Amino acid sequence: MKTMHAINAFSALSAREIGKFMRQKGRLFSALVRPALWLLVFAAGFQNVFGVAVIPPYESYIEYEVYITPGLLCMVILFNGMQSSLSMVYDREMGLMRLLLTAPLPRWYILFSKLMAGTLLSLLQVYSFMIICWLFEVDIPLYGALTALPAFILAALMLGALGLLLSVSVKQLENFAGMMNFVIFPMFFISPALYPLWKLEEAGAELVFQVAQYNPFSHAVELVRFALYGQLNLLSLGVVSGAFILFFSLAVWGYDPQKGVVGRSKAGR
Amino acid sequence: MQSEAALALTSVSKTYGTVNALNEISLTIQSSQFVGLLGQNGAGKTTLFQLLTGLFNSDSGEIWVCGHDIRRDPIAALSSIGVVFQQSTLDLDLTVQGNLKFHCLLHGLSRSEAEQRIASELERFDMQGVRHQPVRSLSGGNRRKVELIRSLLHRPRLLLMDEATVGLDPESRKSLVNHVISLCKERDLAVLWSTHIVEEIQQADRVVVLDKGQILADSSPDRLLAEEDSVASLSDAFLHLINLNKTVGVVHE
Repeated sequence: MKTMHAINAFSALSAREIGKFMRQKGRLFSALVRPALWLLVFAAGFQNVFGVAVIPPYESYIEYEVYITPGLLCMVILFNGMQSSLSMVYDREMGLMRLLLTAPLPRWYILFSKLMAGTLLSLLQVYSFMIICWLFEVDIPLYGALTALPAFILAALMLGALGLLLSVSVKQLENFAGMMNFVIFPMFFISPALYPLWKLEEAGAELVFQVAQYNPFSHAVELVRFALYGQLNLLSLGVVSGAFILFFSLAVWGYDPQKGVVGRSKAGR
Repeated sequence: MQSEAALALTSVSKTYGTVNALNEISLTIQSSQFVGLLGQNGAGKTTLFQLLTGLFNSDSGEIWVCGHDIRRDPIAALSSIGVVFQQSTLDLDLTVQGNLKFHCLLHGLSRSEAEQRIASELERFDMQGVRHQPVRSLSGGNRRKVELIRSLLHRPRLLLMDEATVGLDPESRKSLVNHVISLCKERDLAVLWSTHIVEEIQQADRVVVLDKGQILADSSPDRLLAEEDSVASLSDAFLHLINLNKTVGVVHE
């Protein structure tokens, strides 16, 4: 694969995803309304119910809305990752996937380009939500926008790769509702997005606590939480990187012609 | 490396579970040849196209495209193939120009080269007027033409048409066939035209009859007519072969 070919193909795939996003005018709005509601309604309501002790990376008591902001930023990324999966399923149903997979490019590169395009969209939405947070005077440091950038990218790659992997087995657009119930909600709720994990342990929910420890989304939230304060959580970095490599490798394997996921959309001989 | 035929298949088989979709298929197509692949629904035509485009791998046998093994060197093989699938693969939300440019960039053409080729192909097919229209607003016939134009932009040596006329009225169908036949001679293009409509391949250099994953005949339309006794048309010859194969199947059972 020549460098110019790779660059042109990447720019074409990215431009298509971004163009699609721009045409779906309600998408950015709905992507921001969801976490904004959590921030402004849920956080306000539960401000006095959840007492958050001083835990790293925080050096003093913080308001609850500050605590949940990294989780909500990751929620934006999570939903966009799953939306990318939906886009793959849509492309398969509309036949466009065939065009992509018969292009003279390595299959991993096509998938990686799609993943990077999704990551760009995630960043656009994440930074838009950060602006909303600042507008509502949520106390997150301004420099965090810069220090958390690598964490956002890695989290977006990991969750986008998960979306790609899921698109291997999600055969129809209608199955997206199932994905909401079985992937997005459990990942989000069984994580430190809304409450510190020690609270689960303290409440005796040992099993949920253990599951949360192994949930890669938990580590994405922690990676972003630390990065917003210019700190690095090495364990989370390792887990998120490892999960990204695993999910992406499995997705590439899933789109292998021998496995024939593309052909499954059409059983005709 | 195999000889430089545009397409060479040797003993290609593909099975889905217990269904033998393709059974020991061998076929060669040279440059400038227009080959009609005739088969009823479920004969194995689409499976064959899926193997030729690398969407699936065959269980056994070899597929060479312009001297490149589709399995070992898929990128080089795919660079030489233009394909129009049975199901539309256009992005309905993009304009004609947008769809064509997207394809060019995926095939490694520079932006200026892409612009040039898009303009000249649109002119050739008398489609300049729809260049900036969204594909969604085009008629079925024009959409197919856009797909054909797109499949030619990277100058392939082998054109695969998988039941490309599905849903078209007779006039558009005829026009598409004539376009492809003229391209075939002008550009040394090898064409494999899959269909179950016999009229579409009357002018083919060769007709390959596929049934239940097997090739029943591979010869020129005239020869096929001559070989099949007491048939008046290519349609009759085709049906005769299919019925004969059914009878053979029953006897074997």
